[in-house]
Amino acid sequence: MTFGLVFEQLLNGLQFGVTLFLMAAGLTLVLGIMNVVNLAHGSLYMVGAYLALAAAQWTGSYLVGVALGLTGTLLVGMLVEVIVLRKLYDRDHLDQVLATFGLILFFNELVAILWGRASLFASPPSWLAGHIDLFTGSRYPAYRAAIIVVGLVTAAILWYVVTRTRLGMLVRAGASNRTMVSALGVNIRLLYTVVFGFGAALAGLAGLMAGPIYNVQPGMGEAVLIQVFVVIVIGGIGSIRGALVGAVIVGIVDTLGRAFLKPLMATIISAPAAESAGPALASMLIYLLMAVVLAIRPQGLFPARG
Amino acid sequence: MSRKLLLWGVAVLALLALPPILLALQQPFYVDLVRRIMILAIAAVSLNLILGYGGMVSFGHAAYIGVGAYAVGILGFYGVFNGWLHLLVAVVASALVALAIGAVSIRTSGIYFIMITLAFTQMLYYLGISVAEFGGDDGMRLKRRSQLGIVDLNDPVQFYYLALVLMLFSVFLVSKIVNSRFGMALRACNSNEARSRAIGFSPYPYRLAAFVIAGAMCGLAGALYGNHTNYITPGLMTWEQSGDLMFMVILGGMATTAGPVIGTFAFLFGEELIKALLGLKAQGWIEHWQVIMGPLLVLSVLFFRRGLAGIFGKPDA
Repeated sequence: MTFGLVFEQLLNGLQFGVTLFLMAAGLTLVLGIMNVVNLAHGSLYMVGAYLALAAAQWTGSYLVGVALGLTGTLLVGMLVEVIVLRKLYDRDHLDQVLATFGLILFFNELVAILWGRASLFASPPSWLAGHIDLFTGSRYPAYRAAIIVVGLVTAAILWYVVTRTRLGMLVRAGASNRTMVSALGVNIRLLYTVVFGFGAALAGLAGLMAGPIYNVQPGMGEAVLIQVFVVIVIGGIGSIRGALVGAVIVGIVDTLGRAFLKPLMATIISAPAAESAGPALASMLIYLLMAVVLAIRPQGLFPARG
Repeated sequence: MSRKLLLWGVAVLALLALPPILLALQQPFYVDLVRRIMILAIAAVSLNLILGYGGMVSFGHAAYIGVGAYAVGILGFYGVFNGWLHLLVAVVASALVALAIGAVSIRTSGIYFIMITLAFTQMLYYLGISVAEFGGDDGMRLKRRSQLGIVDLNDPVQFYYLALVLMLFSVFLVSKIVNSRFGMALRACNSNEARSRAIGFSPYPYRLAAFVIAGAMCGLAGALYGNHTNYITPGLMTWEQSGDLMFMVILGGMATTAGPVIGTFAFLFGEELIKALLGLKAQGWIEHWQVIMGPLLVLSVLFFRRGLAGIFGKPDA
């Protein structure tokens, strides 16, 4: 277990973490501001991956694929908000869960009809196919490095928009008192639709970037969605900062657990026992982490509201 | 009340008469279907205790179906086929898992509770996938069904009547629990937590106890379900299964005695009906039934809130 290997796995964890963050940011804003549980957020991740892949194959250009994928997910998100979610703001969480569960079934099956059930292969663009040199004897895939950069830049932009711009001020005001914002003459319905659309586009961005690394297949969003729930529970609902910290923690813990738990356990218990217990424990690690955080701080690490 | 009892009587008579009629018509498929529905109805009835009466939106109830089924599979894997032991271990193991999950998740409420119960069930799902001894992702076939002595589970009709008896027992049990002092306290905590606290009921122990009872009952359903499919996979614990169970309860009518049973029948017959209608158009369309089912579920949430049991009478809680 060399330093280079550990460093590479740390970067992989960070890369997974920023992907989770892009999902978590949209979901936590919708939860915090509109008080809506949107299970279909994972479907938007999937829609982003499929649209970008289809557009890239159709036009032959990766960047055009990305642009069309983002725009498409934004539009699909706004459409979903106007048709279904808008009617759920006044309902309890149970109704929201059930209705968005129905949406997941619909989107997964629609994608299966359009593109088939088999997983599709998405390749990174040729100019990101190589490796970059970190230090002597250690190289890192350029595509994964690019994901880290895009994720961190997006986080910075998001922080700026939410804390420093008029739109962000309205979003935060809407979170604390919807009626008051509406009374001050702001079209809160439009604001909600816009916020939901951008949350969807962030999920789409996560999906289309994850495409070349993981499988592009129907149902790909749900595995990520549940990990994003863990991120939000750890970070605290409605908090962008909590989402970032939670996502990076979950990404790194999960990746390091999968990479190093088995060899570490083999040094303590027998190798065959570690062979079966290692992967089992690694797959449970983030959920155990969540249980510990909840036991200590039931409201998460960075609760948005007191 | 008597009208309700009459309806129950008619329903039970119909279910009793079903296997001979279906076998005479040479439709054994429907005996299997109704048996599966009745087994899942036990799970839905148990979920109704915490979701309907207790107000706890558990999005992870499929976990106990999985634990119950794996109890049967793992005991069989080590050569233990005593069915009574299977059922006992399934119920006790599910109760313990529910105790662990409940102890953490009931400390929270609202959105947190939904996400945490879902996450813990997902954890068990991944555990099932990663343990290669018991089949991992592929699952494993039961070496032999549970040996209960008086009932032969290899006989579809005997198994059918066992499922019917246990389903009726679970309905009876939940209705007894709900109308007991314990059930009153549980419902009081749901309808007004502050007032229950004020008159001296701390909600936590009542909620946790209900959560454990529901988990144990669902574990029984899981043991039956494992015997029904004769095959055990982590797929029993997916979030889709949890979501389906929630829909069965809601569709039938939350916090009603008959609701979960009616809901399970409606949900699964609806599924078969959509498949049959798609099959009329083209065989290839059958597999895409969820593209119809999904929007129907969304519509049922938006416009049909009282549940099917509401048609027959007012909710009794």
